[in-house]
Amino acid sequence: MPKSYQDLLREARKEIPEVTPPEVDALREAKAATLVDVREDSEWDQGHVPGAVHISKSYIEQQIEAAVPDRDARVVTYCAGGVRSLFAAQTLRDMGYTNVSSMSGGFQQWKSQGLPWTSPVNLTNEQKQRYSRHLLIPEVGSAGQAKLLESKVLLIGAGGLGSPAALYLAAAGVGTIGIVDFDVVDLSNLQRQVLHGTDRIGEKKVESARRTIQNLNPDVKVVGHEEMLVADNVERIIAGYDVILDGTDTFETRYILNDAAVVANIPVVHASVFRFEGQLTTFIPYEGPCYRCLYPTPPPPELAPGCSVAGVLGVVPGIMGLLQANEVLKLLLGIGDTLAGRLLLFDALDTSFTELKLKRDPNCPVCSDAAVAARKAGHPLPVSTVGADEPFVLGSIGVPSAGARA
Amino acid sequence: MSAVWIPQVLRSAVGGQKQVELEGRTVRELVDALVAKFPALRQQLVAENGDLNRFVNVYVNGQDVRYLKGLDTPVGERDEVRLLPAMAGGSGG
Repeated sequence: MPKSYQDLLREARKEIPEVTPPEVDALREAKAATLVDVREDSEWDQGHVPGAVHISKSYIEQQIEAAVPDRDARVVTYCAGGVRSLFAAQTLRDMGYTNVSSMSGGFQQWKSQGLPWTSPVNLTNEQKQRYSRHLLIPEVGSAGQAKLLESKVLLIGAGGLGSPAALYLAAAGVGTIGIVDFDVVDLSNLQRQVLHGTDRIGEKKVESARRTIQNLNPDVKVVGHEEMLVADNVERIIAGYDVILDGTDTFETRYILNDAAVVANIPVVHASVFRFEGQLTTFIPYEGPCYRCLYPTPPPPELAPGCSVAGVLGVVPGIMGLLQANEVLKLLLGIGDTLAGRLLLFDALDTSFTELKLKRDPNCPVCSDAAVAARKAGHPLPVSTVGADEPFVLGSIGVPSAGARA
Repeated sequence: MSAVWIPQVLRSAVGGQKQVELEGRTVRELVDALVAKFPALRQQLVAENGDLNRFVNVYVNGQDVRYLKGLDTPVGERDEVRLLPAMAGGSGG
C-alpha cells in the first residue's frame, strides 16, 4: 500500500525517541552523545550547535560510520525543525545504531531557547570553490576557513623560510600576511626564495612578495614592513598579529623578536637552517619554552656562520618553511599538537627527523614568573645581547671544573 | 665507547664526521675527550671556566642535560648524545 508523507512521519515518530533542546544541551555539555547535524551545507554555515558533527541527510549512510564507529554510542540527530532528523535517525537505526534519538523542534527551537550556537560563516561562492579541499576536512570546514581568513600572520623575512611559508599560507587563505623585509631581490636568492623570480631582481622583496601572493590569492591582504626589525620598532610591528613566523638570519633579530613576542603573548614558529640541516620549534609564551630558555645567550658572531657564509641546500629552507606554515595553520585553527616543548631536527642527507625535548627555564630572564613579575614592577630583568665581548656562560649547567681544562 | 653526534655546523672541526666515538661515563668526560681529540672545537664548546658555552646545548637521549645532572649526567654505551649549538639562519640574505 502506498504511504503518504504523513504516514512515514507517524512511523518515524513512533520508532525514534525525541529529546528536547535543553536535554540535548546537557548531553552535549557532558560529552555524553554525538550530535549529528543533518542539514544542508548552507544551513550549517549559517550557524550550528557547537561541537556537532555535520553530515547532510543525503550523505548520512556514507559518512556516519567514520563519524560514529561505535554502533552503541549515543547519537542525537537534529535538523532545522525536527523532521529530517527523524528520518535520518531511522536510517541510523536501520544501520544498527542502537541508541539514536532526534532533537525535537530542531535548530530553530534550539536558538529560540537561547542555547549557544556558532556565528554564521559567510564564504562567497568563489571562496567555497577555492577552499573546497579545506571545507571537506571536518577539522577545518567553513568555520575554520573563516578563522583563517580573519587571521593575521607576520613573517619575519621573505627569504628562504618565509618564501615557501608565504606561498602556502596565502594559498590557504590566511587573510592578512605581514612581511618584515627591507631587502631587494638578488640573483643569489632565487636558488631557494621561491616567492621571487628572475624578473624581480632589484625589486624590493616586500613588493615582489605582494605581487606573487596577490596573483595566487586575492583574498589575502599583504602588509609590508620595509624596515629592519630592531628593539625600537618591534613592539609596533608585531602588535595585532596572531602568530609570527621567524625566518630571520641573525641572532640579534631573533632575540629582539623573542623578547617582544613573549611580552605581547604572541606565538613564534621558529626555524633555522644550515647546509643540509634544519631545526624547528614553536614557542608559545608561558605554555612552553621561549628562545631564551633554549639558548639564553647568542654565540659571538665568529662562532655562528649564517647561510650567506655556509651555504644551504635550497630545499632545506623549503621543507622547514612549510613545516613552519603547518605549525602556523594548526595554531590559527586550534587543532592538533604543536611543537611547543619539542625541537625537531631535520637532516636532508639522511632524510631523518629527530626530536629533542625542550623545557621552560625556571630562571628565564624573559618568560619565567620572576621575569613577568619584574616587568610588571617596571624593572625588567637584564638580558644578554648580541655582540657582547664575553660569551655568556651558564653556571648552573654542572659543577664548574677547577680552572681551564687542558 | 659512546657516540657523540656532531651537528653540521661543527663538523669541519672533526674532519667531517657525523658521529665521534669517545670514552666517557659522563657528559663532562665525553666533552673533555672530544676537545682533547679535536682542539678546534674547544672555543666553540667550552667557556673559560670549563663549563659549556651557553649557546651550546647537550642532549642525552633527547633530554637537555641542563634538566638532568648537567655535565655530570651519566652516559651509558647506548645513550645518544647530541651537541646542538644555536644556529644562525634563516636563509635571508
